[in-house]
Amino acid sequence: MAYPYVHEREVRMISRNFGDPAARTLDGYRERGGYRGLERAFEIGPAAVIDEVKASGLRGRGGAGFPTGLKWSFMPKAGVKPHYLLCNADESEPGTFKDRELIRWDPHQLIEGCLIAAYAMGSRHAYIYLRGEFFEASQVMARAVEEAYERGFAGRRILGSENDIEVTVHVGAGAYICGEETGLMNSLEGRRGEPRVKPPFPAAVGVYSMPTTINNVETLAAVPHIVEHGGEWYRQWGTDKSPGTKLFCVSGHVEKPGNYELPLGFPMMELIEDVCGGVAEGRSLKSVIPGGSSVPLMDVEDCRECTLCYEGVEAAGSMLGCASVIVMDDRTNIVREVRRMVQFYAHESCGQCTPCREGTPWMTQVLRRIEAGRGTESDLDTLLDMSAQMTGTTICVLSDSAAAPVVSSIEKFRDEYLALIHGGERVEVA
Amino acid sequence: MSTVTLTIDGHRVTVPEGTSLLHAAEEIGVEVPHYCYHPALSAPAQCRLCLVDVEGAPKPMPSCVTQAQEGQVVRTDQGLAREMRKGVLEFYLINHPLDCPICDQSGECKLQDYVHSEGRAHGRGVEPKRVFGRDDFGGDVLFYGDRCVMCTRCVRFMEEMAQDPVLTVVERGDRAVIDTFFEQGLKDSSWSGNIVDICPVGALVSKDFLHKARAWDLDHTPSVCPNCSQGCNIDIHTRDNVVHRLKPRENPEVNGHWMCDYGRGRYEWTNRSDRITEPFARGDGGWLAPGWHGALPSLQERLEDCRGPVHAVASAHASNEDLGALRELVERIGGGDIVYRSARASDEVPLPGFPMLARRRDLAPNTRGAELLGMHRVGGDDASGGLDKVAASTGTLIVLGDELADQPEDFGSRAELFVYLGAHPAPAARSAHFVLPVTTFAEQEGTFTNVQTRVQRFEPALRGAGNAQPAWQVLGALTASLAGEPAPASAAESFSRLAARVPEYEDLDYDQLGAQGVPANRPAAIAGER
Repeated sequence: MAYPYVHEREVRMISRNFGDPAARTLDGYRERGGYRGLERAFEIGPAAVIDEVKASGLRGRGGAGFPTGLKWSFMPKAGVKPHYLLCNADESEPGTFKDRELIRWDPHQLIEGCLIAAYAMGSRHAYIYLRGEFFEASQVMARAVEEAYERGFAGRRILGSENDIEVTVHVGAGAYICGEETGLMNSLEGRRGEPRVKPPFPAAVGVYSMPTTINNVETLAAVPHIVEHGGEWYRQWGTDKSPGTKLFCVSGHVEKPGNYELPLGFPMMELIEDVCGGVAEGRSLKSVIPGGSSVPLMDVEDCRECTLCYEGVEAAGSMLGCASVIVMDDRTNIVREVRRMVQFYAHESCGQCTPCREGTPWMTQVLRRIEAGRGTESDLDTLLDMSAQMTGTTICVLSDSAAAPVVSSIEKFRDEYLALIHGGERVEVA
Repeated sequence: MSTVTLTIDGHRVTVPEGTSLLHAAEEIGVEVPHYCYHPALSAPAQCRLCLVDVEGAPKPMPSCVTQAQEGQVVRTDQGLAREMRKGVLEFYLINHPLDCPICDQSGECKLQDYVHSEGRAHGRGVEPKRVFGRDDFGGDVLFYGDRCVMCTRCVRFMEEMAQDPVLTVVERGDRAVIDTFFEQGLKDSSWSGNIVDICPVGALVSKDFLHKARAWDLDHTPSVCPNCSQGCNIDIHTRDNVVHRLKPRENPEVNGHWMCDYGRGRYEWTNRSDRITEPFARGDGGWLAPGWHGALPSLQERLEDCRGPVHAVASAHASNEDLGALRELVERIGGGDIVYRSARASDEVPLPGFPMLARRRDLAPNTRGAELLGMHRVGGDDASGGLDKVAASTGTLIVLGDELADQPEDFGSRAELFVYLGAHPAPAARSAHFVLPVTTFAEQEGTFTNVQTRVQRFEPALRGAGNAQPAWQVLGALTASLAGEPAPASAAESFSRLAARVPEYEDLDYDQLGAQGVPANRPAAIAGER
């Protein structure tokens, strides 16, 4: 048993080198089978690479779950305009800590994924945009890229072929909104990190106004394995609509929190109770946020039959998102947790769109008041009203994300709100 | 050009392909509320106020950037669109100080208008409001952060039109605020006044206009900026016969939506109270004030007797009608040279994002008009000197509108007849035999011909001072009585006499000049003009 916690039911593919510092070097990575995917990609050619990824059914791991192969095929044919590949490593969704680990333990896996993706789409430049707070990860990444250049795995004539692909590591300044794909592009260009109006979509007008594909770290990390072993091989795990494996970042009130790579479709209760050791002795499960703070809360009833795949969590009334499972036991003050989440969004709103700029802080204020025992029942209607005004009305989905936990918590835990409103437990608020 | 036909609020409308829904709605007379969108600037679609309901679309669409499609069914007036707008307006008011009673924008504020027309009757915000306070942005611009709706029009104007990006949004979320890169960042801008115009609320206000008047008390008169030969179309805003500010009036052929700070700031002279209010004639024992009925016949007699050479000094601030009447009179009494003096700047100041517009070197509105009447510019770039020959005249001397500020007190003292027509007292005109009060451009109607040889009309914004009359009326009456003809009864008549003698104005009709003017028939090529 290494790496904080591992479990025998895991399928360790992209996380196979977690806890193994030797894998961080190029030689170490090669010894563990690295860069074979890249070699195969060069053999079979770009079109076949896209076909393999399409066949694998790999879906974007950043949260939206869009089919990766399909996304790649939106890129125009290589022509006069340069194409860009962006790797979104601005992992900042509360509850999510998978990309950081992928970069820290296995930077070459990500470089290989970037090279294959760039090669498949005729892009000669890949940017890896790292979150500003990733101090250690950025050093590891920078060192790995340097090594890849030294050894001919990046830059001109990769592995003696005719393929030139530059890899640039860029560290952001620490803003959640720069993880939104077009906000990331603005940030990379040196502008304010504000999401852009779509259309035009990045595949037509992306970074530097050129065709761009942007993929999550985990998505790109899976690509070398798919290309090396084939798309059908990848489908041996997961469900029909959600093939493959996925890293689950489990945090909160469980005995063994951490990253677990499991086949999609894994039952939620087994993840919590079996893999993660369940909630603390004498406590009971109250609520689970299955996909990072921007998805609706689930109560125990929702969790019982829920399977962890895109369609499974949706059927249970929430979203898989980036599979960041936040577990809350009966000690949790739901109103306080929701307020903390909304406060986070208020802090991270870029401030472009009115509903988000004004709505997220207002929500925070109202929730704070309820939390302090000074709320009224009509505040709940106001909150729901605000949520409706903040959903689907803005350029990006940050305000939708802020509204989701508010709506779901009022729906599922209305009693807790009412208890605070009707003078039950009074909580001191800092 | 191919077109698309769609239905907006139940009305079918056909527009050119690529038209935004916002403009398509305008076609049927529906104004979709909006802040961040401005027709001359890029559209960030961030205010989220212009969201409309498009049948089949999963979300409400921002009408400013959504292109009209064939067969689309759009609702702006009910259901989702209306609810969303109500919601956005409520969000705006959460932190707005509602200080309308002391806000200069009140009465012409888009937030006030929209909230009154479709906002909630009662706000639900009970939390403490965010406070940004005020900031001096430099130049004429003051920033009230609390009133700002973050539409970023000002930032985009400075970036795209002035191409002098001194404004930016700092911080993010609800802490986001407009700021300058350095203290008083707008102090060297030549175009900063425009951001006050395009600010939809009272966040950016003019220091010059601060607390001077309520918007609803102001009368708006269409006019032409008198401060350079560009001839920007403007509205003169007056209250109680006092000019309070100049605002640009849209004209895509001349100034777009804009005007420069130089032009905007120079209106105070129209409010000068040191005016010539009565016609004066020199009698044996000193000045007499015989009234127009006394002054004009005796001047006519003197003009009939005059035999010497004729000299005239005109002004490029006078209208075409005034100058034309002067030219006619001079020809009537034997002909002679007409000169004018006007100030010239050392360089042009173009607006980079709309290069047709520049603060021109010529700082008078009608130099082109004067040149077309064969008048010659004399003197230096500061509008001084050049009158030595005229000052020594022994014949007839007529001065129209030039205050002769640099001239000695014995100017024209050797002239057989010296007539001075002006709005303001001129010490150098003390040798004049007649001093006749005329109106300024702000007190009369008429036309200027701008640097593009475009003839543009202006309307009277103020009542004339005392018994001052338009110069075309005074000079036209004199010429007419010398010729035994009826005098021109209106500026329009005066203009048609002018059009008959200046080939460039041939076929131009005063009434058809309209609000935005028309180019002269034959663009004149005048040496030395840029």
